[in-house]
Amino acid sequence: MTTSASTSTTTTGTTTTTLPAVAVTADDGPRVRRRQRRRGLAPGKPWPASRLVGPLLLIALWAAASAAGQLDTGAIPAPWTVLRTGVNLWTDGTLTTDVLTSLERAAYGFAIGLTAGVTLALASGLTRSGEALIDGTVQLNRAIPTLGLIPLFILWLGIGETFKIAIIAIVVYIPIYLNTHAALSGIDHRFVELAEVQGLSKVQFIRQIVIPGALPGFFVGLRLGVTGSWLGLVVLEQINATSGLGYMMFQAQNYGQSDVILVGLLIYGVFGLLSDTAVRLIERRVLSWRRTLSS
Amino acid sequence: MAPHTEQLTRSAAVQLRGLTRSFEDRTVLDGIDLDIPAGQFVALLGHSGSGKSTLLRAVAHLDHEVVGSGQLTAPERVSVVFQDSRLLPWRRVLDNVLLGLDGKEAEQKGREALAEVGLKGRERAWPNELSGGEAQRAALARSLVREPELLLADEPFGALDALTRIKMHTLLRELWKRHRPSVLLVTHDVDEAIVLADRVLVLDHGRIGLDLTIDRPHPRSYRDPLLGEYRERLLAALGVTEDHK
Ligand SMILES: Nc1ncnc2c1ncn2[C@@H]1O[C@H](COP(=O)(O)OP(=O)(O)OP(=O)(O)O)[C@@H](O)[C@H]1O
Ligand SMILES: [Mg+2]
Repeated sequence: MTTSASTSTTTTGTTTTTLPAVAVTADDGPRVRRRQRRRGLAPGKPWPASRLVGPLLLIALWAAASAAGQLDTGAIPAPWTVLRTGVNLWTDGTLTTDVLTSLERAAYGFAIGLTAGVTLALASGLTRSGEALIDGTVQLNRAIPTLGLIPLFILWLGIGETFKIAIIAIVVYIPIYLNTHAALSGIDHRFVELAEVQGLSKVQFIRQIVIPGALPGFFVGLRLGVTGSWLGLVVLEQINATSGLGYMMFQAQNYGQSDVILVGLLIYGVFGLLSDTAVRLIERRVLSWRRTLSS
Repeated sequence: MAPHTEQLTRSAAVQLRGLTRSFEDRTVLDGIDLDIPAGQFVALLGHSGSGKSTLLRAVAHLDHEVVGSGQLTAPERVSVVFQDSRLLPWRRVLDNVLLGLDGKEAEQKGREALAEVGLKGRERAWPNELSGGEAQRAALARSLVREPELLLADEPFGALDALTRIKMHTLLRELWKRHRPSVLLVTHDVDEAIVLADRVLVLDHGRIGLDLTIDRPHPRSYRDPLLGEYRERLLAALGVTEDHK
């Protein structure tokens, strides 16, 4: 910018140097022309399907390295080997059963965790007695690493499905509770005043101001919860597997079938990506009033 | 609207007797007596920290936690316009205007109020799509739609640029003429007070230091030489002498 100004003093030179300056001042106002936005501080319009670019590039590298014979096929089999194994397992019917078992666990645990997290956050964020009873207890629960509860839960609930679902539910409810509760109690004092001035009743205040205002926080917790549910699932199925995707991978490890392990990992990855995308889509719809960097 | 206006002109809208408010031993309002007749447009001036907002918040019943005494009478329907527009970012403009009201009839009134402040067609916009001036006009519409007997405004144009502010002055005066609420407008801008109000109060050391009736026809111009006299007196009451200007 400085160089162009010093090298040329013609009218064209001046115009090019002043353009960015105009863009900066225009950014102060809420209504900005799109063309000038490009040079602002925001990263700009998102690319279509930009989230897939990185993973696809990684798979391409993997395929290239395998084709060139650069990878030890015993440790990392080629993508097509993994794909073939996946198809074989699928036609066997074993994969379907394992996937369904895993999905069911994750879904139950997640549903229970979500319900508990939201209910507790509402009770503790909206009433003083609820806060006294709930908040400290949850903070205590949070201080204990949930996966450390596994041995105790196995003793209490047996090694069946219940303890797995319980652990996943705990992993899910904590971030949902914490973020929703923080958002509920962090309501802007100016909006409280506004509600009083407009003569809102307590119920109207909660429904029209507190809850919508807490939704962004809830979604932060929700996304952490979704990630948490898969994390919990992977750990549970690898340590205490009797069925499911993790069980399949555990068996494969005993027989040195790295392709089966990779099939399992890929399916976990796809599940994680899909559920996160689903939450993002819902969030974008519900919080459409927000103009953030990513929109 | 008309029969309602007649009713208003009969009674005093706001009545303060010995109003006292203090924060931690610091008395901010020290026994204020004040009557605002129905339909009067009053501006309140004072140094920063003199207690203008404290007084306004007391009249609006927004000061539950503040220590104080005294008598306060205010109408039932009071609207407040804040310095920030205070629109809820998750509600569209019309829904913001209708906050606290419901029903088809209210919606119609909300649309009319938005049209009155020049925001027709922006009903479905999100608040953060509005400019500062537009947002403040939406806030005005929100306060008008409840047909207030008393309109309280705490530096409502403080965050706006000079040009927009002049336009808002004209708009506020027009709206006042049409609906005739009593107005208590807090401002730090002497010219704003003179151009808009029929009566200007200066808050000084917790009391009303000067109570000045401005007897000039509307619309007033900033350049009206006769307003200069009022300006001098107000500036003197605020302790601003000639050489400070
Ligand atoms: N919540 C509070 N706690 C303690 N002191 C307060 C509180 N609110 C106001 N004060 C004090 O009361 C005094 C008057 O405040 P107020 O906000 O009424 O002033 P103001 O005239 O509106 O000033 P400005 O023009 O800057 O808005 C100030 O000294 C302020 O520090
Ligand atoms: Mg103030």
